[in-house]
Amino acid sequence: MPAVKERIIVPDFRSSPRVDQAGIEERASRFTKRSIKKESKVEGLKLVLSMIDLTTLEGKDTPGKVKQLCYKAKHLLDTYEGLPTVAAVCVYPSMVRVAKKSLGDSDIKIASVATAFPSGQAAMKVKIEDTRFAVGEGADEVDMVISRGKFLAGEYNFVFDEIAAIKEACGEARLKVILETGELSTFDKVRRASDIAMHAGADFIKTSTGKVQPAATIPVTLVMLEAIRDYYYSTGKMIGMKPAGGISKSKLALHYLVMLNEVLGEDWMNNHWFRFGASSLANDVLMQLVKEKTGVYQSGDYFAID
Amino acid sequence: MPAVTKKNKKTSSNSNGVPKLKFNSGWEYAPAPESKSHIKLKDRYDLFINGKFVKPSSGKYFETINPATEEKIAEIAEANAADVDKAVKAARNAYERVWKKMPATERAKYVFRISRMIQERAREFAVIESIDGGKTIRESRDVDIPLAANHFFYYAGWADKLEYAFPGRVPSSLGVAGQIIPWNFPLLMAAWKIAPALATGNTVVLKPAETTPLTALKLAEIIQESGLPEGVVNIITGFGETGADIVNHPDIDKIAFTGSTEVGKIIQKAVAGSNKKITLELGGKAANIIFDDAPLDQAVEGVINGIYFNQGHVCCAGSRLFVQESVYNIVLRKLKDRIETLIVGDPLDKNTDIGAINSKTQLETINKYISIGKKEGAEMYQSSCPIPGKGFFCRPTLFTNVAQSNRVAQEEIFGPVLAIQTFRTDEEVIEKANNTPYGLSAGVWTDKGSKIFNLTTKMRAGVVWANTYNKFDPTSPFGGYKESGFGREGGLHGLSGYLKV
Repeated sequence: MPAVKERIIVPDFRSSPRVDQAGIEERASRFTKRSIKKESKVEGLKLVLSMIDLTTLEGKDTPGKVKQLCYKAKHLLDTYEGLPTVAAVCVYPSMVRVAKKSLGDSDIKIASVATAFPSGQAAMKVKIEDTRFAVGEGADEVDMVISRGKFLAGEYNFVFDEIAAIKEACGEARLKVILETGELSTFDKVRRASDIAMHAGADFIKTSTGKVQPAATIPVTLVMLEAIRDYYYSTGKMIGMKPAGGISKSKLALHYLVMLNEVLGEDWMNNHWFRFGASSLANDVLMQLVKEKTGVYQSGDYFAID
Repeated sequence: MPAVTKKNKKTSSNSNGVPKLKFNSGWEYAPAPESKSHIKLKDRYDLFINGKFVKPSSGKYFETINPATEEKIAEIAEANAADVDKAVKAARNAYERVWKKMPATERAKYVFRISRMIQERAREFAVIESIDGGKTIRESRDVDIPLAANHFFYYAGWADKLEYAFPGRVPSSLGVAGQIIPWNFPLLMAAWKIAPALATGNTVVLKPAETTPLTALKLAEIIQESGLPEGVVNIITGFGETGADIVNHPDIDKIAFTGSTEVGKIIQKAVAGSNKKITLELGGKAANIIFDDAPLDQAVEGVINGIYFNQGHVCCAGSRLFVQESVYNIVLRKLKDRIETLIVGDPLDKNTDIGAINSKTQLETINKYISIGKKEGAEMYQSSCPIPGKGFFCRPTLFTNVAQSNRVAQEEIFGPVLAIQTFRTDEEVIEKANNTPYGLSAGVWTDKGSKIFNLTTKMRAGVVWANTYNKFDPTSPFGGYKESGFGREGGLHGLSGYLKV
């Protein structure tokens, strides 16, 4: 870590930087004009795979489902040599123990949602206990949700304090803070929420729970990446980014990588600092990788759905 | 693969001691070239006069080259005064005997047909435009060609509605229009000139720039195929002398010129005392202003587009950046980070952001200004991207420590070079923005709506953009104040240049 003077600067969040929607959308569409082919495509696709948080967050999740998901996480496509594994598996706290047993000592992290995911509408002590439970069961990472109601009511101090409290409850686990951008409605608010989260102790900021539309989009992710960049330059601290929900195609995932590459640069281009919250993306990436190797598209039936 | 020159990467820190972000390293984009296999180019092009391609009287031809590779593309006919005379006679003939008498709705059909044919061959036009002029395929494909087709569409609609354009007046056409266009948007400038002229019932003699004749000649082929009556549009190629021959020809009713202020003045002197109507669209040194309440990342993006779009070969380029002093450091840091991600290279590669400089002469001019800037004491900053070993290329360049009296802040460079100054108050920046003989365009970046309305009325510029830049549309009139010229192209206003009202 570079030597940076120890100064705790907590800005007045009411005057967060403004974001121009038309400008964001224009810059966002420019990323989609990049043409990623050949070696850079293969390299990009493998990087995408290594950045996926393979996710199952259904009310009907069972140990059987989670075990099979974990197996897939470790064995994406055994017939293709040299593939990375996904970054993590993302489950509800009640499934963390099963996931930990299935993953054994692989490098794949266990991320658990917490804090009354997805709504966040519960008492503070419930959310802290939820977090402690998940961490106690073996979660390496915690994906929390902010209190959107409190945020929209202007209670920024509350939102800040809540995140700080959950960060403390995380202990060694890395904290991802879900802003639920689909409920925040404007880019200005997304920027504000991002700034609050980073100053309060987030290790990652994340777009969505995946339960609300719209989930992740390139423009909203751009707003958050720009927040991360400004935070980095004023504090020296790196923060990770996780767009989640709605990214099911390789082409789209590659556009996200282009954006990451051109907004934050090389240091963020790994799964310690960037994740995709996705489930079906992995199979599309595998299909594209096989096509790059063999020259033809295989049917979806050749890629296991777990 | 041509040899590539890489600059030493700067790994330095911010003022905090925070290391700069690393761009242009790690994941590299593989070449993604646009296919050239479908385009049809002849080895030699003649003059398009009276509906046919005819040889030049002098028998002389000149070469047009690809500025990215320095290779010859084709031979182009060089028109002399005799050819100009032939073309004007053809245009006059067509005007008096056919075009003037044709019902407006019929005229409109030809204009509409031309636009459809441009659309159908859009990809071919885009590739040829990039090869001939050096602009990136991304821009010719996404901006130039669609806008050109749109201008024909738009003016086709006006042809039979002219009586509603000027309430209470009965407009009539002028006759023969002589039109001279520049090399920065070859097909688009041809569209801006030809479409309104035809829609209003005039005939045309047009001279494209000598470094970029090809898309105008392909347009001639389309015009021939469209069945437009012979002589209504004549396209003759040549150098400055050919342009002078057109300007000085006695049987021309109207001159329309887009190009440098220097030549614009020559033309104005030449037509003084004659009956010729004239419109001029000349140079600019636009101010792009970032206020401290602007959305900074988006403002920086707009400024980047404002100066590096089309390699800075844009009359309305935002070549002077004014930053409110309180946000100067942040804006400069963002600008420098952003230019690191701009890719300079083969115009036909879909990932290239900044293509080739149009010609050796233009590159020399740009380099001349870069050394003037350095001599004047301004600080130069360029990105560290690699540039091809062959061809005419220039990295995106910033000058800081610039004052109003620096030549790089006063004179039009017409290249990817941005001069950056600071300001303290609104009044100060308005004064500085207007303190120029030019007056074509300006940009204002602020989140405060009232400031936009207040400010834009005070800018002496024909086009003012707020929280955006370089946005064009056929419905929107474009043109300047002061030494940026007079007359407007586009929209309803664009009709009046070609009508007696």
